[in-house]
Amino acid sequence: MIRLPLVLLFSAFLFSAGIYGVLARRNAVMVLMAIELLLNAVNVNLIAFAAELQDVTGEVFALFVIAVAAAEVGIGLAIVILLFRNRASINVDEVDLLKW
Amino acid sequence: MTIDYHAILPVLILSATIVIVLVTDLFLSPRRKSASMWVAFAGVLATLVAVLSLIGKGDRPGSFGGSYQVDAFTIVFQAFFMSAAAVVLLISYRYFREGGFYQGEYYFLLLTSFLGCLLMPASRDLLMLFLSLELVSAPGFLMAAFRKSDVKGNEGGLKFFLIGVLSTAVMLYGMSLIYGLTGHLQLAAVSAGLQQLSGAKETLANAAILFVVVGFAFKISAVPFQFWAPDTYEGSPVPVAAFLGVASSAAGFAGLLQLMFVAFVHEYAFWVPLFVALSLVTMTLGNLVALQQRHVVRLLAYSGIAQTGYILLPFALVSADPSINHSAFQAAVTYILIYGIMNLGAFAVTTAISSRHPLLQIQDFAGLAKRAPLLATAMTVFMVSLAGVPPTGGFWAKLLIFQAGIQRGGVGVLLAVAMVINSVISVGYYFLIPRAMIFEDAEDQTPLRSPILVTAVVAVAMAALLVIFVVPNAIYRLGEVTSLGFGG
Repeated sequence: MIRLPLVLLFSAFLFSAGIYGVLARRNAVMVLMAIELLLNAVNVNLIAFAAELQDVTGEVFALFVIAVAAAEVGIGLAIVILLFRNRASINVDEVDLLKW
Repeated sequence: MTIDYHAILPVLILSATIVIVLVTDLFLSPRRKSASMWVAFAGVLATLVAVLSLIGKGDRPGSFGGSYQVDAFTIVFQAFFMSAAAVVLLISYRYFREGGFYQGEYYFLLLTSFLGCLLMPASRDLLMLFLSLELVSAPGFLMAAFRKSDVKGNEGGLKFFLIGVLSTAVMLYGMSLIYGLTGHLQLAAVSAGLQQLSGAKETLANAAILFVVVGFAFKISAVPFQFWAPDTYEGSPVPVAAFLGVASSAAGFAGLLQLMFVAFVHEYAFWVPLFVALSLVTMTLGNLVALQQRHVVRLLAYSGIAQTGYILLPFALVSADPSINHSAFQAAVTYILIYGIMNLGAFAVTTAISSRHPLLQIQDFAGLAKRAPLLATAMTVFMVSLAGVPPTGGFWAKLLIFQAGIQRGGVGVLLAVAMVINSVISVGYYFLIPRAMIFEDAEDQTPLRSPILVTAVVAVAMAALLVIFVVPNAIYRLGEVTSLGFGG
C-alpha cells in the first residue's frame, strides 16, 4: 500500500511539470502534451483520494476527465492543423497578430 | 430508481434537436443548407416552452442523487439561455448563409454549447459543473476558429483554446483537492465538509478554492484571465462573438454563483478580499483599455470585461449576514439578465453593419441615423444602457448593485463608489458610437438595409430595455425568487 502523501507529491510534481511545459514550450503540439500532464495529475489525485476514502465517486470523476481530455486534444489538434495550413508553422510565439 | 422526466425535459428536447440538426444537414442540398437554422430554432423554442412549463411546479430535487435540480434559479437561467439561443440563431442566419460557412456544423456546435448553458444552472455538484463548463467551452473553441482561412480567426481560436484548457486543468486540480478534503462532490455537502476543516487542511482548502475560481474567472473573462477575449471576439464571426460575450459568460456566472454562494460561502473571509481586488481591477482595466479601441467588436469585448467587473462586485459583498448575501445575489442575477439583453442587442446591430462594413471600425457607424434610423436608435439605447444611464434598464441594474454595496457598508461603499467612477469613465467610449451615428456624415450615404430577422431582434431588445426601465419590478422579481435556498 503506497501512502497517500507520496501519491499527492507525485501528482503535484506532474502538475508543476505540466505548467512548466505550457509556459516554456514553443511547439503547439508539445503544449497540448503538457496539458495532458496537467489532466493526468488531476486523475492521480482523484484516484488516490477515492482509494483512501473507499468511495467510487472519485473514480467516476477520473473517467469523465479522461473522456473530456480526449475530446479537448481532438479539438486542439484540429485548431493546430488549421493554423499550420494557413501559416506553415505551429510555433505559438509567432501567433501574435492581435494585441490590445 | 424513478426518473423525473418532466424536470429533464428541456435537456432531452435540446439534445434531440442537436442530433436532428446534424442528421438533416446530411440530406440538404448545398443551396439549402441554411434550413438547418429553422430546425435548430424550432428546437430551441420547444425547449423554452418545456422550461416555462416547469414554473410553479415547486422545487424538484431531481433523480440523479441531487446532481441535477430544478428550482427558480434553474428556471430563470434556462429561460434566459434559451431566449439568448433564439437571438443568436436569428442573427446568425444571414451572416452564415452569405459568408460561405459550413452551416449545419455551426448550428450543431452552437446548440451543443447551449446545452452546456442549460445544464449549468441545474448542476449541483462539482462533476456536473465541470462537465457543463466543458460543454459550453469545447464547441466554443471550434466556433471561434470558424473563419477557417482567416489568420486572425485561427489565432483567436488557438488563444481561446490554450487559455481555456489550461484554466480548466487548474480548476480540476482544485476540485480534486476539495474532493479529497471533504469526500464529497455535492455543493451542499462540500459546504458542510469545508466548515469542519482546520489548520493545514483549511489552508489547502483555501488553495483549492483559489484554483476553482481560476477556472471560472477565465470563462467570465475577469482580469488577469481576460486577454483572450478581445482577440477571440475579433477573430470569430460576429454572431459567435455575441454568443461568447453573453451566453458563455453568463453560464460562467451561473456556475460561479452556486460555488461562491453555496459551496464556499463559509470560507468568505478568505475569498472576499480576492473578489474585491478582482472586481476593482477588472472594471478599471476593462474601461481604460476600451477607451483606446476603434474596432467595434474589440470595444464591445473590453466593455464586456468592464461589465464582468461590475457583476463580480456583489461576490465581494458576501458576509456572515444572510440578508446582505441575499441582496448581493439578487443584484448579480438581475445584472446578468439585463446585461444579456443589452449586449445581445449591441452585437445584433454590429452583425447588421458587418455585411456592408466588414472592418467594423467606429467610423463605419457614421451617419447611420440617416441611413438606418431604427438600427441607430436601437444602438443608442444599447450604448446608453450599457453605460447605466436612464431611461434604460441598465440604470436599474447598476442601481441594484450600488444599493447592495451601500447596504454592506465598509468595503462595499468603496466598491460602489469605484463602480460609479468607472461608469462615468465608460461614458467616454460608449457614447463614441452614438456620436458617430448622429453627428458625423458618412462617405457612403446609401440607406443600409438590415436583414429582417436582425431588425426584429434589435427592436425587441430595445423595447425590452425601455420596458424594464418603466416597470423594473418585473425583472427584480426574477432576481428575488432565485435564492438558491442559502441563508434561509
